[in-house]
This record gives sequence, structure tokens and C-alpha cells, in this order.
Amino acid sequence: MIQTAPAAAPAPQHPGLHRRRAIGLVLLAAALVLACLASLAVGANPLSLEQVWRGLTEPDRSEASLIVWTLRIPRTVVGLLVGAAFGVAGALIQALTRNPLADPGILGVNAGAGFAVTVGVGVFGLSGITGYIWFAFAGAALATVLVYLIGAAGRGQVSPVTLVLAGVALGAVLGGFSTFLTLIDEQTFRSLRSWGIGSIALTDLDDTASVAPFLIVGLLLALAIAGPLDAIALGDDLAASLGTEVGRTRVLGIVAVTLLAGGGTALTGGIGFVGLMVPHVVRWFTGPDQRWILATSAVAAPVLVLLADVLGRMIARPGEIEVGIVTAIIGAPVLIALVRRSRAAGL
Amino acid sequence: MSALPRAEHVDFGYRSGSLRSRFASARLPLRVLGVSALLLGLAVAVAVAAIRYGDYPLTAEQVLSTLLGGGEPFHRIVVLEWRLPVAIAAVAFGALLGLGGAIFQSITRNPLGSPDVIGFDAGAYTAVVVVTLVVGSGGTWSIAAAAIVGGLATAFAVYLLAWRRGVQGFRLIIVGIGVAAMLGSLNSYLITRADITDAMSVGFWSAGSIARVTWSSLTPSLVLGTVIVLAAIALSPALKRLELGDDAAITQGTRPGPVRLALLVLGVATTALVTAAAGPIGFIALVAPQLARRITRSAGVSLLAASAMGAALLAAAHLLSLLIAQVYRSIPVGLITVCLGGLYLIWLLIRETRRQAGAPR
Repeated sequence: MIQTAPAAAPAPQHPGLHRRRAIGLVLLAAALVLACLASLAVGANPLSLEQVWRGLTEPDRSEASLIVWTLRIPRTVVGLLVGAAFGVAGALIQALTRNPLADPGILGVNAGAGFAVTVGVGVFGLSGITGYIWFAFAGAALATVLVYLIGAAGRGQVSPVTLVLAGVALGAVLGGFSTFLTLIDEQTFRSLRSWGIGSIALTDLDDTASVAPFLIVGLLLALAIAGPLDAIALGDDLAASLGTEVGRTRVLGIVAVTLLAGGGTALTGGIGFVGLMVPHVVRWFTGPDQRWILATSAVAAPVLVLLADVLGRMIARPGEIEVGIVTAIIGAPVLIALVRRSRAAGL
Repeated sequence: MSALPRAEHVDFGYRSGSLRSRFASARLPLRVLGVSALLLGLAVAVAVAAIRYGDYPLTAEQVLSTLLGGGEPFHRIVVLEWRLPVAIAAVAFGALLGLGGAIFQSITRNPLGSPDVIGFDAGAYTAVVVVTLVVGSGGTWSIAAAAIVGGLATAFAVYLLAWRRGVQGFRLIIVGIGVAAMLGSLNSYLITRADITDAMSVGFWSAGSIARVTWSSLTPSLVLGTVIVLAAIALSPALKRLELGDDAAITQGTRPGPVRLALLVLGVATTALVTAAAGPIGFIALVAPQLARRITRSAGVSLLAASAMGAALLAAAHLLSLLIAQVYRSIPVGLITVCLGGLYLIWLLIRETRRQAGAPR
């Protein structure tokens, strides 16, 4: 049932484990730097690292400088922030629900945001990403809370399939309404067909700055409850007997997930499967300690998002494929591999 | 019927009658038969009632007299040429979807197993998107062929991917969700790159509507549908035995592997047929067998009752879409079934979770 083997509260110290965690974190940090550089250099107009560096340090009117500052820096910043947000949100949901298959996208958060944005465009006549953000935030938050409430109707112990299906069902209903609203009005259809795929190229730095505080609060909140989350992995009753305030941790966790997934979806339209894949990969070397899983996910997820984005730019040059499509095509096989594993089969 | 001596009374747990003749004898589950007849009657009545509504409203007398062979020439065109095929499609497609859902839920032994959940709709949609937007041939027949091929290929792939010393319902569903997510993102990619008019027309197809059904597209569907129904009737005793478990089925002379494969093909064929003619109509296959089971209070899934329930549901959704069109604007029937069916699924999940939490662990 439990994906992570429960660690006793004061974990027995394994020197090997510590070294593995430290090396992993260093490698991931290095990968993140490389991913950022790649994200700045690769694109329809490829730049050499030298050009990137000159464009960065000496902003002038040269083409390289303009490309770096107006196109590549904004999307790299969005990728960093949103990647960390989705990665940590996924790790949090998986820990809170003890469900290895949980992911903000699979659980219908994207559908909630998409629905709210569609209502905003179709009914209130919004236009432009800036207008979408708050609607998307509200919709994503609503969907997160709804899915969790549906899944948690049976007090705590929710079967992974139930939660996933709750997300799918909610996604179907909201998607149905969204489809209706877009089909009755060509203008709505036109402006919305590209939103919701998950792109980090459309958001400018001002919008990012307005959502960033929510994401940062969410990240801090997630790290703050990491300790109690370890206890929750043992089961609610045992956690309570260890002195953990289970109810408070759960509420704070849901608030954090809502902020992270909602903010990330608001900025990008939702990038699926990042929150699913990253915590699983990270657990290979961190072990089951939630503090390490959350912190390492925050570093590893942006690597995935940025590399997927770079890949999307390289495959379809001179056009590009949105990052959300790339992560879905990488991520769906991961999901399938997870359910095929013998351990998950016993869920 | 010959007058055989009446056998000792056996309590099957439900009221049943028996039919004996020289060639065959059968035990008749009275409640299932009664409920199914009632539901079918309801479906037909609702579908006939729906003929009244549209851009040119008719009265009930006009509809009935036209159906019975009288009526003005113009009414005959409206009723017999335009609206009757749609009404028949509502009943027939609903019954087929219910049948397919019942077969799937019985094979997967899971109330959530249905062709649309395991990615059939997503695959059909992707194939249609590719054919219309990339290949650029948007005729009815090429769309129908694409829907069938895409849906079958996806269902097959999902089944294979979920195969691991047998197929578990849970694994099938999650694999279906994963594949559907992947195909969904591919669809949105293609749609963003397409011409807006083509993209809209694909969007309309994906909503699932029976309003465009005509006699020429309905007749082949009905013929194939009859074949499917006959095959399902022939295989239904084997399906019942498979429900007891593979070992029990083998002892009764059923080979689980081939029979299950044949049943899967049948289940997918129902959805393929409907999707080809009308686009994806979601959740009827999922909901109908469950509702039917509740009403007939039977232990397993009944093919007959599920079909009748599917027919009643789709006919009702069709009527609802026409009534909404009267006061607001026309809504594809597929969107109505998706919204109502999704809400039902959510309710079902909450109920199941509550029940599991209440049960001693």
C-alpha cells in the first residue's frame, strides 16, 4: 500500500545513504545549470554559449541580447519556477494520499483551470494570458480541493485508483462544459485551443512575478511540513501517537498543493506528469525521507521541464512543440510502467 | 411446450419462471425481463416523444399519425426522413453502448471497466484528427473508418500494455488513462496547428452527436449492430461462466482465453460502431450496466438489462438536448452524457469510498 518504506522518526544513520543523497543533489544542481544554459541557447535561432553569455552580461541592441532577454530568459524563469512547483506538488500529493500515482495533471487540476479560463473567456470576455491567470488559479484551486474531498470522503485511507478516477471524472465533467463553451463560439475556440496544452513560452516576466509569491509560499509550506509527512507515511493513527498533528499537516499540505499546482497551471496551462515522474526518480537515491524527497524534487523537476522544453524546440525546428506535450509523451509510459510493476499491482 | 413434471423448486435468490419445451428449457429471471421490457418501452416512448422537437415543432398527434402512415407530405418528410433515423439511433446506439459496457465490466470484473475508460474514445479521436487535419479527407466514411481503426488499435495497445500474466481491471484502467492522456496531448497539438474551420469541425465530431444521423448512415450501423447483438447472445452463457472464475469456467467446458478475446472484440465493436456513426458518446457504457444492476437487484451484470438501460439513457439524453435547444441552443448529446455520467461516476466513487471506510478492515 505504502510506496515509501516508512522510516522510523529518528532515522538510523546510514553513511552510504547520506553520501548518495549528497552526490545526487550535487549532480542534479549541475544538471539544472546545464538545462538553464541549454534553454537559453537552443531555439529557432540557436546561439552559441559565448553569444548567450555576452547577451546576458552586456545587454545591448544586438540580436543575441534581444533574443536572450525577451524570449529565452522569461521562459527559462517560468520553467524553473513552474517545474519546482509541479515537482513538489506531485511529491506532496503522493505523500498526503500515500498514492504513488498522484499527479496534479492526472487529478484534474488542469481541467479545473481550463474550465475556469474557458468560462472567463467565453462568458466574461477575457483576453490575454494576464487575464487568464486569476481564473486559472481559482479553477485549479477548486479542482484540487474537490478531488481531494471526493477522494477523502472515506476518511484518510483512499485507494489510489479512487483518487485517480475522481480526477478523471471531474476532468471529464469540467472538460465537457469547456468543450460546450468553446464550440458555441468560434472566438472562444480560437483563443483557447492553444491554452491548456502547457507552454512556458507564452508567459511574460510580469505575470510570472505576480504569481511567484504564491509559488514560493507553497514551496516553503511544503518544506515546513516535510517532517510530519514522514510520520503520516506510517498511517494516521501511528502518526498521531507519535505526536504528529495529522489534521493540521493535511490541511497545510492541501493548501501548499493548491498554491503550487494552481500557480503553475495559471502560468502555463498545466504541465502534466512532471509531478508524477520526478518524485519516483528522486526516491531512487533519497530513500523515503520526505524532507529529502521534497527538496530534491524541487531541483530535479525544473531540470525535466527545461529539458523537455528544449527537446520540443529541437524536434520541430523552426517551430516548437509545447513542453506539456513532450512531458505527456514521456510521462504516460512512466505511468504505465509504474502500474505494471509488481509492487504497484498490489495497491 | 410439453407437460413435463415440474422439478423440485430451487431458490435462485430471485423470482424466476421456467420455460420448458422438447428442444430447450430455460430459467427466466422475471425481474430482469420485466425491468428490461419496461426500460425498452420507456426508451422507445421517449425517442418518439423527442420527434416532436426541433426547428419545426410538431404536435404529438401529428407525430403519431405520421408514424402510423398518415399525415401531411411535409410532415412525412420531417418525421420519417429527418427525425425518425435520429430517434432510432438514440435507442439502438444506446442499447449497443450499454451492451458493450456490460461485456467489459463483466470481463474486467470491475464496475469502471468500459471501452471509453480504456482509451477507445481517445484513440478514435486521434485517428479522426489525423485523417481530417493531416491527411485532409473529412468525408463521413473516411471519418468512420478512421474512428474504428484508431479505436481498435488503441484498445488493443492498452490491453497489451496492461497484460501481465492476465489483465487486472485496475491496471487496465490506469494504463487506459495514461494512453488517453498521451493521445489527448497529441490531439491538442494537431488542433493548434490546424486551420480553424477544420479544427472546429473536428471539435464538433469529438463532442458526439446523433443529430446528423441519416438513413444512409444508420442502415449499415443497424445491420452490423444486429450481428453484434446476435453474437453477444450466443456468447452470453460463456460470459456467465467466466464470471465464476477461469477455473470454474474450464470445468464447465469454456475455454477462457478465446472466449474472453471474442467478448473483448464484441465489446469494442459496439463502441466502434457508435463512434463511427455519431462520434464518441461517453459514459453510457460505464453507467448503464451499473444502473441496470441496481434496478434489477441482480448480483452480476445483465446484458439485456444493461442494453435496455443504455437505450433509455441515450434516448433521454437526446430528448434533454432537444429540450435545451428549445430554450437555449443545441447541445451535442455526447456532452450531456459526459457531464451527467461524470457526475454519476463521482457519486459512485464517493459511495464506494464511504462503504469501504465503514467496513471493518
